[in-house]
Amino acid sequence: MGDERLNVRAQVLLWTAQRASGAVLALCVVVHLVTIIYAVRNGLSAAEVLGRTRASIGWAAFYSVFVLAAAVHAPIGLRSVLSETLNWRGAGLDITVTALALALALWGLRAVYAVFI
Amino acid sequence: MSTLSVAIWRGQESGRYQKFEVPRLASQTVLDVVTFIQRELDPTLAYRYSCRVGMCGSCAMTVNGRARWTCRTHVDSVAQGGRLEISPLRNLPVVRDLVTDMTPFFDKWARARGRFQGGATRRDDFARVAPGSPARMLADAGIECIGCGVCYSSCDVVAWNPDYLGPAALNRAWTLVNDARDTGNRARLAAVAGDAGCHACHTHMSCTERCPKQISPTAAIAGLKRATALAALRGELSDE
Amino acid sequence: MRSDFRARNHPAYWAFVVHRASGVLLALFLPLHFWALGQALRGEAGLESFLRWSEQPLVKFAETVLVLVLAAHLTGGLRLLALEFLAWRDWQKSLLALAAGVALAAGLAFLLNVI
Repeated sequence: MGDERLNVRAQVLLWTAQRASGAVLALCVVVHLVTIIYAVRNGLSAAEVLGRTRASIGWAAFYSVFVLAAAVHAPIGLRSVLSETLNWRGAGLDITVTALALALALWGLRAVYAVFI
Repeated sequence: MSTLSVAIWRGQESGRYQKFEVPRLASQTVLDVVTFIQRELDPTLAYRYSCRVGMCGSCAMTVNGRARWTCRTHVDSVAQGGRLEISPLRNLPVVRDLVTDMTPFFDKWARARGRFQGGATRRDDFARVAPGSPARMLADAGIECIGCGVCYSSCDVVAWNPDYLGPAALNRAWTLVNDARDTGNRARLAAVAGDAGCHACHTHMSCTERCPKQISPTAAIAGLKRATALAALRGELSDE
Repeated sequence: MRSDFRARNHPAYWAFVVHRASGVLLALFLPLHFWALGQALRGEAGLESFLRWSEQPLVKFAETVLVLVLAAHLTGGLRLLALEFLAWRDWQKSLLALAAGVALAAGLAFLLNVI
């Protein structure tokens, strides 16, 4: 393996992080789906939604965990898809994927701030 | 007498299908068909076989798109409308016609440390391994592999990732990981982990689907994923 | 030489395709979702105008598809966790049917509450 690639331990930890974040996301998604179905069922207006969510530290914490788990899980998944479809390996791919992770985390936390703070 | 329309791959990576008409017989196998063609119709056809009774795996080829042992494939079970398409195993360099170069397959077997490493000498007593022990049963589930290459040929990750060790090499590594006598597992786990190892498996399960010995390399690879993840978390996954 | 679709035509492979396709779609959707929610930074009015827009039937349909895609990826992922972390048994192959069933149920639940 070229030295521009991640070492084996790092590769294995990426896989482990993906599985762990996947498990976290499974829980978060179930909660999220139930919440959304409840909200849709009872009608949705921005005022009502924000009335419940604004200044709610509990929900803010929950969705922050959700966002961070997604920011770990999606880029690692995309890493496999990109390397297998485009035959792309090495530092270039890893940097791109890390950039995606940071972008998702920042955008997601911004959305959490917008809705919950 | 009815005949079979058989399309056979001729050439190397690039080539063409050549058509032959072969008499259809009762209980005929695909290997019988290829042998008839080479002996009676075209002596320049290159193909491999050995035991012809389903023990050696040498006759593995792609029949109607799927990798199989041709000696154990009855024409009746695969010929659709009296037609057969026979080509070499996938994911391996083609030497000529139906013959592939198995070197990369066995090189990966070696890279996965698929070789037993013992710590005992002739002066030591026999190892005692309980056949019913969990580890031994896990090993036994995979040791019947004869290295025929059908699983490797069926795996899409092997096609997408040239470094991927493949199902057979990883299955063998798993049998050794579970072998109580083996002393080389620290290095073996490092050899089978990562982007070129067990973690590249996406559980397509084509290997398990096609294995003529009903081995499940997918199960072995899942075991390796668990073992290597544990080793990595404990800081025991060394690169040497 | 490479395999064609005949070598891949079995359930576990279709499960992989669904899982990969749904994952990519979700990864593409997520930034849009974060942007839409970020509209709340403009106050109620920002979010309200977005919610109004999303009441169109076509958008509701797209949302249902999205929930189906999400449920499919979730149940497929749970199936993978079972295959990788639990002791191997033959019935694990029928986890696929279970996963598909649960995914459809989730999509249906959303649809029935939305129309």
